[in-house]
Amino acid sequence: MTAEGIGARVLRKEDKRFITGNGRYTDDMTMQRMGHAAFVRSTHAHARIKSINTDDAMKMPGVDAVLNGHQLVADGIGNIICGWMIHSKDGSPMNMGAYRALESETVRYVGQAIAVVVADTQQQARDAAEAVVVEYEDLPAVVDSLDALKDGAPQLHPEAAGNLIYDWEIGEEAPTDEAFANAAHVTRMDIDNNRLVPNPMEPRSALAHFDPSEEHYTLYTTSQNPHVARLVLSAFYNVAPENKLRVIAPDVGGGFGSKIFIYPEEIACLWATKRVGRPVKWTSDRTEAFLTDAHGRDHHSTAELALDANNKITGFRVKTVANLGAYMSLFSSSVPTYLYATLLSGQYNIPNIYANVKAVYTNTTPVDAYRGAGRPEATYVVERMMETAAKEVGMAPAEFRRINFVREFPHQTPVIMAYDAGDYEASLDAAMKAIDYDGFAQRRTQSEAAGKLRGIGMSCYIEACGIAPSQAVGSLGAGVGLWESAEVRVNAVGTIEVLTGSHSHGQGHETTFAQLVSDRLGLPTESISIVHGDTDKVQMGMGTYGSRSGAVGMSAIAKALDKVEAKAKKIAAHLMEASEGDIEIENGELKVTGTDKKLTFTEVSLAAYTAHNLPEGMEPGLKEGAFYDPTNFTFPAGCYICEVEVDPDTGVVSIENFVAADDFGTIINPMIVEGQVHGGLVQGIGQAMLEHTQYDEDGQLLTASYMDYTMPRADDVPSFTLETTVTECPGNPLGMKGCGEAGAIGSPPAVINAVTDALGIRDMNMPASPNRVWQLIQDNGMKEAAE
Amino acid sequence: MTTVSMTVNGKQISGEVEDRTLLSTFLRENQGLTGTHVGCDTSQCGACLVHMDGKAVKSCSMLAVQATGSAVTTIEGVSQNGQLHIMQKAFKENHGLQCGFCTPGMIMSAIDMIDRLGTDLDEKTIRHELEGNICRCTGYHNIVKAIKAAADEMAEVLEAAE
Repeated sequence: MTAEGIGARVLRKEDKRFITGNGRYTDDMTMQRMGHAAFVRSTHAHARIKSINTDDAMKMPGVDAVLNGHQLVADGIGNIICGWMIHSKDGSPMNMGAYRALESETVRYVGQAIAVVVADTQQQARDAAEAVVVEYEDLPAVVDSLDALKDGAPQLHPEAAGNLIYDWEIGEEAPTDEAFANAAHVTRMDIDNNRLVPNPMEPRSALAHFDPSEEHYTLYTTSQNPHVARLVLSAFYNVAPENKLRVIAPDVGGGFGSKIFIYPEEIACLWATKRVGRPVKWTSDRTEAFLTDAHGRDHHSTAELALDANNKITGFRVKTVANLGAYMSLFSSSVPTYLYATLLSGQYNIPNIYANVKAVYTNTTPVDAYRGAGRPEATYVVERMMETAAKEVGMAPAEFRRINFVREFPHQTPVIMAYDAGDYEASLDAAMKAIDYDGFAQRRTQSEAAGKLRGIGMSCYIEACGIAPSQAVGSLGAGVGLWESAEVRVNAVGTIEVLTGSHSHGQGHETTFAQLVSDRLGLPTESISIVHGDTDKVQMGMGTYGSRSGAVGMSAIAKALDKVEAKAKKIAAHLMEASEGDIEIENGELKVTGTDKKLTFTEVSLAAYTAHNLPEGMEPGLKEGAFYDPTNFTFPAGCYICEVEVDPDTGVVSIENFVAADDFGTIINPMIVEGQVHGGLVQGIGQAMLEHTQYDEDGQLLTASYMDYTMPRADDVPSFTLETTVTECPGNPLGMKGCGEAGAIGSPPAVINAVTDALGIRDMNMPASPNRVWQLIQDNGMKEAAE
Repeated sequence: MTTVSMTVNGKQISGEVEDRTLLSTFLRENQGLTGTHVGCDTSQCGACLVHMDGKAVKSCSMLAVQATGSAVTTIEGVSQNGQLHIMQKAFKENHGLQCGFCTPGMIMSAIDMIDRLGTDLDEKTIRHELEGNICRCTGYHNIVKAIKAAADEMAEVLEAAE
């Protein structure tokens, strides 16, 4: 352990470039003779394309080319894939419609790319894209997933009859039904999870370059996982073989899931750069981002909870319809299945669970993973049900949770997951103490005296992170393994580069990963550099999503460090004529235990590279790589409590206090972890109070800019009180669980439980906007009651 | 095409631009000052915020020609002689940034806030004044903390100077 090691609040190494304007994002890159791309996009939610006329566009100043989907297909560019196979309960594989980077026959959502213009400037390209005339034959559209399943609904893909992608199940239906037949009490709720737009502040961007002499492509792109992008672009879209394609994800301005996927625009830029013979750059504007970045959530669920006479849960039954939009995005199929229904046991001992999920096509933007990906949807269902059931049986919400908590580990749930460690009561107690739960009644009385309605609500979440054991996810249909790679390169003078397959787009890896090395070798973090985001530098990696960079990415680094240390110890033992087992590494030195003999790490690394005096048969150099494949998921968990005050005159909800108590296992840098929680909380609070994606019945996106889609602003949210409890993850080499998504997973039900408590009602949908809350107040006659 | 001339970060510059060129485009593409970011098209996110003649402006919402003859400061011009501005330092010390994309606009906005309102800022005021800057990573908690810390430090500096 050093001053900069595990557990230290080290200030971020990467900050200087960002606070001085020297960050390098994709749109900041420029190349000689670079052309700019703009896309011709569908203005219809569902239509047949009768013709595409590019004559006027081609004549406009600066225009190089207008390329369409016929040319793309003729050049052998493959269809966009979905990388996770889900089988319906009848055993049939999911019904996937063809998804082309440029569509030339039938468009299925507003914003779908039809053609791409390349011109000298971005303005010229956009002007020319406007001048392309697409003639449409309108088809009826459907935007809601329940409508899409109805008889007579507009049909999107011939491959998916009734718009049904799959009809999937998990758990045992018969014993669950039995539990309901014998229940003393059943709580039943219809629960919606509203559609969100991820909105990282940096819009997506791609800059593609083709070198004809080497037949080699370079792609700068806003990606959370450049190696997966290269793999998919090579193996499925046939852009180029992997050795002829370099993908670089430089500084990336946030992702939240939306930059995992490989989108039509990146494919089109790579394809176009060769055709037009110049580098091609495209940068999304914000409305394009609203129309084309994969959306999140959008579930309709019906949930039922069976209790026995002692208020112990005996069964949980959930039916969910998930809207996947017009096409299946890269990991879309896994989100409402294995990332969702496997978490329906929550923190509770539930002997019988059965869930059925129908995924459907609609004429909307594709839906895929967004911060939490399935786990927020599960937590919302579970924690809304827990709060409501507690009230129905007359128990305090905390007590009802307590009597149902899982208390013994490992705990096998009926829905695949085996929880390895946790102390759910510890985080519940920490949160209740921090918010002064006992003092709530008095605070409520004070609010009432001031004509306000006050409510309190909690949410005890659990999630599965560290995704994931490759064999396990492979057996569940994943098309990739979910290990991570690392290489630790010790330079001759003892400085270090760590190459990682993880990608940082705000998470601070350059700092936390260096802290791990510092902790192990006793070197200052300034002598340790983290290299990531470039397929030419890092051989292979699976990237950053699902809170996996710490638990999986850093574990790979730890494994590589084991090998570096082992070799360094051999060299040191040889040089100091000691036994290898007697060498210990401390404060940047290799010491012989019990003696004053020692060598600096620099002396040992120099010896490794001069190779003048190495142990017999040892290769020169000090550089080791490792792959880490997790043995289990990790299970971060915690308790969030929200206290709100509602103004009955306006319907405005203000969060008076919000406490988050989290158990993330080992924490490398508390400052960075707290930052992750703050950000996640505001995304979750945004979902619960402000954000909502609204289509009209024709499939036009009404919330397609920051004028219409309410992003949380600084004055919409409070400062937070954070508490930490720790149970180390037994299956992880570092004891880590992951912290990136918890805030967004745990907070929405805490907010809605608080708002419904304040209003004295049972049911309401997100977001708790002033409009909706005011209407609920009118409908329930609460205005008078408050006066 | 029009020639525009202005002072940017203390340097007199000029460039040929199409009349419709936005100030943000001029700074990023003609001047290579890519620290000024564009995060939306509707003047909401504030990532493009710069100072023009001492006032905060959203550079995506005005034409480059409108800045003719003015003095513009971008994030690249905030540090003096290699010394970070107190506000820049406060963002780092309080972990007021994650992905860094909104950060230049946040820092420019925060400096402007203190220029206008002085250093006696409470949390409510800071949050209200940040209405024109959107951050998706930090949840604002540490941005608010950073601005408060910078304001306090600037107050001390001013007091010491008096």
